[in-house]
Amino acid sequence: MVNIDVAVIGGGSAGMAAALSAKENGVENILILEQGNELGGILQQCIHNGFGLQVYNEELTGPSFAQKLIDEVNNNNIDYRLETTVISITKDKQITYVNEKEGYVSVKAKSIILACGCYERNRGAISIPGVRVKGIYTAGEAQKLLNIENILVGKRVFILGSGDIGLIMARRMMLEGAKVLGVAEIMPYSNGLMRNIVQCLKDFDIPLYLSHTIIDVQGKEHVEKITIGKVDKNKKLIKGTEKDFWVDTLLLAVGLIPETSLTQTAGIQLDAHTKGPLVNDRFETTVPGIYACGNALHVHDLVDFVTMESKLVGRFVAEDILSYTTTPNLINVFPLEGVNYVLPQRLNKDVKEKVTFYFRVNKPYKESKVEFLDGDRVIKSVKKKYMLPANMERITLKKDEINNISFDLKVRVSEI
Amino acid sequence: MQDIVIIGAGIVGSFLAHDLSKYDLKVTVIDKENDIANGTTMANSAIIHTGYDPEDGTLKSELNVKGAKMYPEICKELKIDYQKCGAYVVACDKEEIKILDQLKNRADKRNIRAHYMEREEIVKNEVNISDDVIKAISFPDTAIIYPWQCAIALMEEAVINGVDLILGEKVYKIDEKQGFFTVYTEKKAINTKVIINAAGCGAEKIANMIEKSPFHITYKKGEYFVLSKQANKFVNHIIYPVPTKVGKGVLAVPTTHGNILLGPNSNICESEDLSTTSEGLEYVRNHLNRIVKNIPYHEVIRSYSGLRPTGNNGDFYIKPSYKNKNIIHLGCIDSPGLASAPAISAYVIQEYIKKCLDLLPKRKYVKRKAPPVMNQLCEKEKNDMVKTQPLYGKIVCKCEKISYQEIVDAIHSPCGAKTIKAIKKRVRPGMGKCQGGFCEIEVAKILSKELNIPLAQVLYDEKHSNLGTEAKQW
Repeated sequence: MVNIDVAVIGGGSAGMAAALSAKENGVENILILEQGNELGGILQQCIHNGFGLQVYNEELTGPSFAQKLIDEVNNNNIDYRLETTVISITKDKQITYVNEKEGYVSVKAKSIILACGCYERNRGAISIPGVRVKGIYTAGEAQKLLNIENILVGKRVFILGSGDIGLIMARRMMLEGAKVLGVAEIMPYSNGLMRNIVQCLKDFDIPLYLSHTIIDVQGKEHVEKITIGKVDKNKKLIKGTEKDFWVDTLLLAVGLIPETSLTQTAGIQLDAHTKGPLVNDRFETTVPGIYACGNALHVHDLVDFVTMESKLVGRFVAEDILSYTTTPNLINVFPLEGVNYVLPQRLNKDVKEKVTFYFRVNKPYKESKVEFLDGDRVIKSVKKKYMLPANMERITLKKDEINNISFDLKVRVSEI
Repeated sequence: MQDIVIIGAGIVGSFLAHDLSKYDLKVTVIDKENDIANGTTMANSAIIHTGYDPEDGTLKSELNVKGAKMYPEICKELKIDYQKCGAYVVACDKEEIKILDQLKNRADKRNIRAHYMEREEIVKNEVNISDDVIKAISFPDTAIIYPWQCAIALMEEAVINGVDLILGEKVYKIDEKQGFFTVYTEKKAINTKVIINAAGCGAEKIANMIEKSPFHITYKKGEYFVLSKQANKFVNHIIYPVPTKVGKGVLAVPTTHGNILLGPNSNICESEDLSTTSEGLEYVRNHLNRIVKNIPYHEVIRSYSGLRPTGNNGDFYIKPSYKNKNIIHLGCIDSPGLASAPAISAYVIQEYIKKCLDLLPKRKYVKRKAPPVMNQLCEKEKNDMVKTQPLYGKIVCKCEKISYQEIVDAIHSPCGAKTIKAIKKRVRPGMGKCQGGFCEIEVAKILSKELNIPLAQVLYDEKHSNLGTEAKQW
């Protein structure tokens, strides 16, 4: 069996950034396994701009952002396989993959990085009532059809969910001559970035129906009509608020979920909130030597954050390969009131450096404070002017602050 | 001139086509849908009930018991899925235990294996059984199949042996002349000596083209949830509540591919309406609580509904037309239609077809070659496949691990798939957690290439369900 040092599953921004950083930090034998027919992942279908401001200090489209990483991968002679699907991984870090040329191959890695991105929550998962005919797509699928295959899926469109892909697609469909009749969002606030609400909906006069959801889809051969209705605080329909839209297409932008189909055979534990693996401060999952980063770990707002996080993980993996020390003692990190999830979920007892915590609030907050607690003791408090569930928050604790923790670490948010 | 026209390519029409293809006959099958098994066979519980449930003296009781016993051999011959997972009918109070006793009596009389289980034993095998359950009957011979695969395999073998299959054409008129009939679709007029009306939910409409239909169909809709394979340990057996007058109730059913079905409810529908409703799914949720607990709703990947063509008196209606004995109506084939289908076919041939036509066995009958299923092979076999055809190594659906070539095979099989949904029914891309979000486009591209049609013209299912229109060329 072939031995490699680091196997990276997924050749999108996360996988490429992690591989590049591992290489930069001294790992030679790296292999990226990518399912698609080119590197770059989902960026290749995101032909709009807005990428790269944080990492490259310039505004790029998805494909140009991807190309920068691809060029670096090639310049660094990092090995990769395209049109290659990983079938399984084990806790001993054996990977079985398949492609046309090699067939089914098993390799052994010192470390594995899960960077296989996420998938879109779809109609089935949220049980939207109505018929199951043609004309219902996830926003990402419609995006790929339009931007890669040049197929416009419909002419009169309604969108459920105000996630960023849905907003981007509202604008995109309008630009291609379709009419977008509205966007419904079950929450009383939007789930997309503010800039996308403005640039994709407001600028095109597309109404946003907050606290609304789809209650019926009708049509014989394809979608003909959808019905939306207003919901109360418990997301129950308020009778009499139903409204029909005659459309041929329904796009769903109802959330992204980390792709974790490979975690089961390796016995990797998942977090019920992020739906991705549980990791420690070095982004190591509950199986030693298997790491996760990017949207396969938790869903990010910006590819820049994915790239920065993955670079960090690549370095951790390299350092751990060169001198691995396990610390059996772990500190648990919990979200308290106001916080949906916090990541990493566990910390090594003696961290070697500062740790950045990523979290999302569970509703919009104005003028509030984020507190980190060790038991009942507040060890850090940060004031925030405005926080939204759509924005991933990041707060860094110093090495000393963490190494003095004696119980566990909890994070809470409250208005001032 | 055809000998027989079968209207309907569901499980019953497929069994008849298959069984009749063994004789020297000219047989045509017509279905309005663009694929086999696209109506009642499309959406049901996929269970081969053993036959303890139908009332004594009914056709249902006779044909269900016979049909269930025929399946293992048939599935083995066709190399298709059949799993004897067994079933528990569970009781929660004294009244329900009385019903268990009735079922046990009926099962004993019909030679169906059944034995009582006390709570302790039930819990040992099914950890998620509801706390209210006190007793059960185990039916070890209750089985599950993959109904689409079964109907498709049967029809494939029929087509290989000379049966003519016409899909996507609706029968709108039947004329009776001296000694034969003419069946009209939008495109064709087919002359035939015998007509078998196996049109499922449309059987009454077909009957009305000849006479005032001697049977009346009420559409009963059943709605279901599908759980992902991650939930496959939720139940190991089919869990039934005790049956009521309305039906077999809301069940938890393992599938042959490791998913779990939860449902159905039963609602009368005015039209052939296949929409799911929040009320219907809420009903399923509420009634499931009686038989199981810890239901992993976070693993729901889809909900669907199916229509059952239910008759007035609770039984199948299988009789020749009053007007002409050469038309045989198969009406009201609701549950246990799937379990009974092979026996229905045998019964119709024995009782009626033999009286209309001379049945001479074909000299040469060709067996169907089952297409390779990569997931069922060992690694060495898989690699041998990739060596002979590299596209068996290119995965298109990563949830279900379906290769490119398996999809190509499905397109070029004897009853080849022409739509995205037909591919899904044969090889399962889109049946996993992402529900086709990633692979549907890839499947459409393969259809476009293999059928030599523009990508935008690839159909999802029905006539006007094409993928979209070509966007502007700049």
